[in-house]
Amino acid sequence: MAALYEGYTLCGLVPAQNLSNSGIQGIEVERDTDHVVVTDSTRSVTLYKVSDQKPLGSWTVKQEQTLTCPVVYNSQTKEYVAVSDNKVVRIWKEDDILLDKAFRATVSSNVWRVHTVVEGEPIVVFQKGAVRLLDSLLSAPQQNIEEVFSQDEAIRWSTYILAETQQFVICATELKGDHFLYLQRLNPNSLQRYRLEREEPGLSPLSFSASYRDKQICLLYLYPNGHVYQSVVSVRGLGAGDGVQAVPLPRSLVLSLPVGEGMLETASALVLDEAHVAFVGVPHPSAGTGKDFLCIWNTNFQTLQAGKEMAGKIYGQLWSFSSKLFIPHGKTLSVIPYECPKSSLASALGKLKQARAEESRSPASVPSWNNILHGEKAQPSRAMETRKTRTTRKTTSAPCLSTDQVLELIKTAPVEEVQKETEGLLSRADIQDLQTSVGQLTSALVSRSLAEPSFYTPSTLAQLVRTQSLCHSVCPDLVLLALEKKDYFLCQLCLQFFPDIPDAVTCACLRAFISMPDIDAEKVSLEPDSVAFMEMLMSKDHGQVGVQNGFSPTSLQKDCSVLSEGDAVIKTSEEDPVKTSSPPEQICPVGLHKAVLLNEVLQTAYSENFLLPHLKDLSSQHVILFLRYLQFLYLKYSQDAFPQMHGLRSPSLVEIMDWVCLLLDAHFTVLVMTPEAKGLLLNLHRFVKSQVRLFSELGKIEGSLQEINQMKGNKDIRQYSIEIIELF
Amino acid sequence: MGEFKVHRVRFFDYMPSAIRAMAFNSRSERLALARADGAVEVFNFSDNYYQEKVVPGQDGRAVEALCWVGQRLFSAGLNGEITEYDLENLRPKYTMDAYGGPIWTISSNTQGTLLAVGCEDGTVKIFEMLETGIQFQRNLDRQKGRVISLSWHPSGSLIAAGMMDMIRIFDAETGHATHRLLVEKGLGTSNSREVVVWGVVFLSDNTIISGDSAGKVQIWDGLTGTLLHTHLITKWDVLALAVSQDETSLIAGTSEGTVVQFQFLSSTMGQQDKDWVRTRTFKNHSHDVRALVHTDTAVVSGGMDTQLVVRPLLDKVDKNTQESSLRKITFPHKSLVCCAKKAGMLLFQFPDHLEVWRLGDSDGNGKPGDTLPVNRKPEKLIQLNRKGEEHICCSALSPCGGWLAYSTVSSVRLYRLQHDNNNISINKVSKLPKILHSAHQLCFSSDSSKLFASSTNSSVIILSLNQSECKYLHTLKPKSDSRQPIHLLFPSEDGKWLATANTDCEVHVYNLNKLKLHCTVPVYSSCPTAIAIHPTSSNLVTVHADQQMFEYSLVQKEYTDWSRKLQKQGLHPLWLQRDTPITHVTFNPKNPAHIILHDTFMFCIVDQTLPLPEAKAMFHNQMMLRSLPEAERIGQSHAFKICKTFQHLLCVRLLEDHSVVVVERPLLDIQSQLPAPVRQKKFAT
Repeated sequence: MAALYEGYTLCGLVPAQNLSNSGIQGIEVERDTDHVVVTDSTRSVTLYKVSDQKPLGSWTVKQEQTLTCPVVYNSQTKEYVAVSDNKVVRIWKEDDILLDKAFRATVSSNVWRVHTVVEGEPIVVFQKGAVRLLDSLLSAPQQNIEEVFSQDEAIRWSTYILAETQQFVICATELKGDHFLYLQRLNPNSLQRYRLEREEPGLSPLSFSASYRDKQICLLYLYPNGHVYQSVVSVRGLGAGDGVQAVPLPRSLVLSLPVGEGMLETASALVLDEAHVAFVGVPHPSAGTGKDFLCIWNTNFQTLQAGKEMAGKIYGQLWSFSSKLFIPHGKTLSVIPYECPKSSLASALGKLKQARAEESRSPASVPSWNNILHGEKAQPSRAMETRKTRTTRKTTSAPCLSTDQVLELIKTAPVEEVQKETEGLLSRADIQDLQTSVGQLTSALVSRSLAEPSFYTPSTLAQLVRTQSLCHSVCPDLVLLALEKKDYFLCQLCLQFFPDIPDAVTCACLRAFISMPDIDAEKVSLEPDSVAFMEMLMSKDHGQVGVQNGFSPTSLQKDCSVLSEGDAVIKTSEEDPVKTSSPPEQICPVGLHKAVLLNEVLQTAYSENFLLPHLKDLSSQHVILFLRYLQFLYLKYSQDAFPQMHGLRSPSLVEIMDWVCLLLDAHFTVLVMTPEAKGLLLNLHRFVKSQVRLFSELGKIEGSLQEINQMKGNKDIRQYSIEIIELF
Repeated sequence: MGEFKVHRVRFFDYMPSAIRAMAFNSRSERLALARADGAVEVFNFSDNYYQEKVVPGQDGRAVEALCWVGQRLFSAGLNGEITEYDLENLRPKYTMDAYGGPIWTISSNTQGTLLAVGCEDGTVKIFEMLETGIQFQRNLDRQKGRVISLSWHPSGSLIAAGMMDMIRIFDAETGHATHRLLVEKGLGTSNSREVVVWGVVFLSDNTIISGDSAGKVQIWDGLTGTLLHTHLITKWDVLALAVSQDETSLIAGTSEGTVVQFQFLSSTMGQQDKDWVRTRTFKNHSHDVRALVHTDTAVVSGGMDTQLVVRPLLDKVDKNTQESSLRKITFPHKSLVCCAKKAGMLLFQFPDHLEVWRLGDSDGNGKPGDTLPVNRKPEKLIQLNRKGEEHICCSALSPCGGWLAYSTVSSVRLYRLQHDNNNISINKVSKLPKILHSAHQLCFSSDSSKLFASSTNSSVIILSLNQSECKYLHTLKPKSDSRQPIHLLFPSEDGKWLATANTDCEVHVYNLNKLKLHCTVPVYSSCPTAIAIHPTSSNLVTVHADQQMFEYSLVQKEYTDWSRKLQKQGLHPLWLQRDTPITHVTFNPKNPAHIILHDTFMFCIVDQTLPLPEAKAMFHNQMMLRSLPEAERIGQSHAFKICKTFQHLLCVRLLEDHSVVVVERPLLDIQSQLPAPVRQKKFAT
């Protein structure tokens, strides 16, 4: 899980009167990540040592002048570069005290930003889109600066990206409500112009964040309606365009943030790593509508990883240097360390699947999210790919419906049509492609079913679950819906294929299964494999084959007699029938299908701590029944040759024992007070005894086997032997 | 070279006795060592720690302390007697009751004129040394409580006595106690338990050092009687103390089996004020260290675990020399096993009984490395318990298996053994000649017709045997006037020669036909540890404690060419570095060029036809030769063929059927018979 740590104040702010801006123009990293240069919105610039929270130096321009872009540090020459009044470039060193005496040069066009380049010359971006290296600009300050943008086009944002050896400057512009993105490559120069797809009318992106990974430039932008889009531009395919023609930029929605009331006003998004994005100025989903939060979201799993409320007004500004976030809020600039470890589905959901014996047997049902969502390895150029598929889909799949269309269909169409179309879509498409749409389809189906009691598509849902692309967190209501609809087959499938069913839901399933009448259960059609296993187990009801696992019925009887002899008080009339009536524990206390369903519950992953409180909700009658069933399973397992050998899906002996322990833990006091549970408890006690005996015997065997191993090493020389030796 | 069928025998339950006391004579470099069974052994430290002499023990004579006075050796024990030993005849010379109850300690003054013993009744008794014995002089003031340890001040005027809970200092002139040093009880022990001062050392600067049962080593000022320092070195007892001759180093032995060294050092360099500082800890014993000797170069320790350990102090010896290696002496240097090679029988000698075993048999054949199935198991034919209190000092079984003889310090017994398949009878030969009253070494001739017994003054008594009687034939006497006992006897196969060796390093060869001395081998500086005469060439092979080997032609009365070549080239360094002596030499009748020798850790066949190994050549080359093809072996092999398969060897013999008998006594078997050591807390137990 990503985490935000306790922050500290770097400096105070002097925000504008109406709190419209923070008073900070920009923060740039200086010689190392512990030193930053903070440029305020008017005249001064200050150098801070972050870890010491103290200023090391400060410079100010004259009264009537203003700094118009953030000061940057040229690490090569160890000089600071500032631009005042849009046109005057100033350069000075740390030991220069007065800026007026420093070097300055006036250029012929308005400068927008100066970007630092690691181990390179700073790059100057002009307001009209031209880009110059600083030294070439200063060699002839009055040189002519071309205009790249059209007349009314205004630059909104720019950044510099180093993609291996190539340098890029990315600018975002606005022209009459349209937004464009310019990707300028330096050396050799080339320019590509993209048009951003329009969001709802009147909405322009609030913030951009660009990052480079795997030969692609990833651009992330946030709209006031909370939509976060990502566009991926391959670095390789660049240079073909002449820059004039605006190519539409494909985008994908990575997140849809809750915005609360109204639109976002001052918010910002910042890419932290390939899976994590930091947002400021967005509401926390579980904390009302206040927008003054700093949050880290995982875009892969669309989960909120960490959140922190910031005191005072948020200005929508956010910087990040070496796992520290710099955020101006209220009247302070805070530094907040963060951590984004590699995430897995399990950790994102807060539960790691229990290691299970048969994990190797069943194919991994957890789809690799990294590969699916960011299948960079499988798809070298995702941007190209999506464009291609989109076009092909447009041309070829005219008679059939696309995913989006099916999604639309699900919202309104009658059951039969929905079934037909969805199944059609599933049969057409490659499952790998559908990975994301399966989730969308399922959640659409589930939400419709929940809203409309008459609408239910069991076969479609079953088919969707069987794709093994689903998990519980994608469609959290599916299992409960299935329970509500008494669709036990779907329940079984979910229990089988979902790796992440919460313990509460598992328990709800258990309660439903155990309380359902056997007659109902027999009507349900279930997975044939598991049914076959149970049939086999039950058919052997009376065929006792050999002694397994150190437990034999005779020893059980012996124990029983020892126990009853030794403890006459326990030997009540109540126990006698249990003992005498041709062992009742040999007969399965539940019906076949019920047993199959219970087996599924036994095989789900759970964590004891979370499960226990839910288990307590079971009634004592149900607990006794379940325990009887577990006892039956245990006896069967102890007698027969390992049932798991048959290769059918079946609970392991360990799982059975764990559940027995869990149930006893949860209900022990109740069971002790319940008279009809007494025999059962005594039997279970004997299980424990036989297990303890088994393990102690195993320990002994282990000891002797080790001894054998040692004996093999040194030849056993006895008191007398006759040997042949040879000397050479 | 060839295959050998080896009878690997491990049923000789030899159990050495615990070491009880030691005394070192620095003039002659002899260490006297007393064991719990009363036996006293003398080791020659100047001759590779060779065990020269063994005075057998006696029931009821437990030696508690040993003391050299000049060349005379005294012991005292809990039977209340003082014993002086006759080291020429390997027997007690006389014993004398001190009339003070059990004696715990014995100590002589540096001048060697007085002997003090500490008695159970609280007296310190002073004896005067006389030419022929000792004479009671007087008692020092009698104290309450037993006297456990004694130490003379080097001037001879004061005696420190370690007692229960205290140390007393006596004026040797007046006999009055001058100081009483109270030794406090250990922490956590009950007040009722007394502290035993097991050891006390009186230094020339009037410092007294004591070791006690509370685990303390304490340093006292003997003039004022004040305690200067206490070093707690063990949770158990400090049982022994010893100080080096220059009084700069002190060692203390504990019940844990450790030996702790203290040195008299100044705490800062260059300053004069010196202190006793604990410096090193040696752990070479598993059980109590009961006896300690501090020689100039080494710490010598012995105790319950029966091993004598010589631990060189590496600051006193040159590194990587023979002297700098740790030595553990576990087994006696003379053979306790006698093999009747014609009958395939073994005689095991224990202090109190003899065992005769018949070896097993196997008719199977196998390839090298195989263990053959045993058809007939080995069988204990006879267990013969000795008569009287004196322990057996030597024994012999005739090659035919028909005669058995053993000797104690006062009597020799001869038995006739008769065994047809299943019946065995043993008859004592009743009338032995009077002259044969004791023997240091017994030996039968190869045709079992004669018995040789080494007697006083290096003489050998020859007895002839027939059917059931024994007649005195002759006494062989060397021309030299050595009074040392003969420790090795070897009659030649053809009955013509008899070779003897005594601890004066003299080797005499007698002509048995003429019954007179044939020749005396030039005396070598190191004591012979094994001698043998070649059955056909009549060359005498002698092996010495310093691992040198000589071959002497009895016909030419000179060293053979091979021997000269060997001496000229020198033995291989690895041969010389072995730390146990060769205890037996024999020959291979199948190949007259083969000499078979063994020590505790290997047996070796020396092939005189092969070139001797160069100093740089690989000495233990059996593994290498095995890996070579047959044709290349000859070029690579050298004269010494060493087999280390069998360890802790007590005996290697060649039987008449050319099979080899090895008698092993694994150390583990000995350790398993020791009592449990003191419990020590180990981590995580």
